[in-house]
Amino acid sequence: MKVTLKIWRQPDAASQGAMHTYELDGVSEDMSFLEMLDVLNEDLVARGEDPVAFDSDCREGICGMCGLMINGQAHGPEVTTTCQLHMRSFKDGDEIVIEPWRADAFPVVKDLVVDRGAFDRIIQAGGYISVNTGSAPEAHSVPVPRDDAVRAFNVATCIGCGACVAACPNGSASLFMGAKVTHLGELPQGQPERDSRVVGMVAQHDAEGFGGCTNIGECTAACPKEIPLDVISRLNWDLHAALRHGH
Amino acid sequence: MATTTLVTGARASRSTITLKLLMAASGLVFILYVLAHMYGNLKAFAGHDAYNEYAHHLRTLGEPMLPYEGFLWIMRAVLIVALVVHVYAAVRLGHRAIHARSQRYVVKKNLASSFSSRWMRWGGVAILLFVIWHLINFTIGKVNVAGGETNDPYNLLVDTFDTWWMTVIYLLAMFALALHLHHGTWSAAQTLGLTNNARARRNAKALGWILAVVIAGGFSLVPIFVLAGVISK
Repeated sequence: MKVTLKIWRQPDAASQGAMHTYELDGVSEDMSFLEMLDVLNEDLVARGEDPVAFDSDCREGICGMCGLMINGQAHGPEVTTTCQLHMRSFKDGDEIVIEPWRADAFPVVKDLVVDRGAFDRIIQAGGYISVNTGSAPEAHSVPVPRDDAVRAFNVATCIGCGACVAACPNGSASLFMGAKVTHLGELPQGQPERDSRVVGMVAQHDAEGFGGCTNIGECTAACPKEIPLDVISRLNWDLHAALRHGH
Repeated sequence: MATTTLVTGARASRSTITLKLLMAASGLVFILYVLAHMYGNLKAFAGHDAYNEYAHHLRTLGEPMLPYEGFLWIMRAVLIVALVVHVYAAVRLGHRAIHARSQRYVVKKNLASSFSSRWMRWGGVAILLFVIWHLINFTIGKVNVAGGETNDPYNLLVDTFDTWWMTVIYLLAMFALALHLHHGTWSAAQTLGLTNNARARRNAKALGWILAVVIAGGFSLVPIFVLAGVISK
């Protein structure tokens, strides 16, 4: 099949970018979206042009590295990561618009690559539990209700890809924070730092320049791991609790 | 705007979620107020004397514990504080949202957001402008567009809505209110942390629908029935 690609090209963070159009022929529907871009890049290199820079790592949908805005949808038309999207989701002759995540907190490094370091700093600000390393404690010594364990595990599937921010009209990272706060806060080990965690993470989120949540729900629709909107309710609840506790 | 440093001395009260909390709390004050206001307006169906008696009763409510119009002024003070808080939080958060994405997408699809949720900011501005006109119309200025008397609440009401374009303005404003209530109710519940599971989320969204239809619908009955001639002098 043949597709027309409209891709954001930007040589570096300081330069102005623009959309460039490329025609790509001989695309197989069995190719993944990133393989299709690999083919484009081989063409570009053969012609002596600069290949399109994009992020990817595991290409198994579990690392959160890849992430592109495809025809106005984060990770494209399927509920999955960009690397797990295949060209069978498109038709011969389609025009595909590819843009980087757009958020001032995720500055463009080059072309389609953005710096998601803001997420790392949000995690550093509280998205962890402090435990002594060493031999693993006996698992049965801390009982966890099954429903809590299931919920913690479900939201722990967040891979920090940033699709929630990319899809949010306010550029908010509330779904990301909600997933982390719920994941750790559902478990006994997460309790001692529950207040300082939410306050630290939200303060870092705000300082990074992410927007506020308006509960619109674009984030959860874009999330490749289908993190539900109730984690944001949990995030808000935990912040109110911290407020009451004087943090 | 991304930083490279970690925030020190983080305070919960300075967070965007606290702004949202203020927005939700002030919004709940408005929801309770419009519910009571809508219910009171339905007195128009009981006729001239009953309606005017109700208007007078609002001024003597709480006497002799409260002075004449005391209850009304307490309510007005609460509403003004709620308005200042609501608008302040909306402006701060709106400003933040604009700066969170200074480079816009060439193509951006809406997948899950409701029509009402996308109209919160401009709809809110429309409601604010309407409230200013509404107060000039019935409270501060008492403007009778039909040129009739202004010191009789019931007659002012009938004269106003006998004018078709006034009814249209009020009905449009009620549509804006319905949209604001539809998303606002659910959003407030979520911000207050009350929707921590799928069922609570569905209930909060259903409550948004109910309040939007009951309040905006209830308000709309009076102008429609005046224009239809059912409520008349």
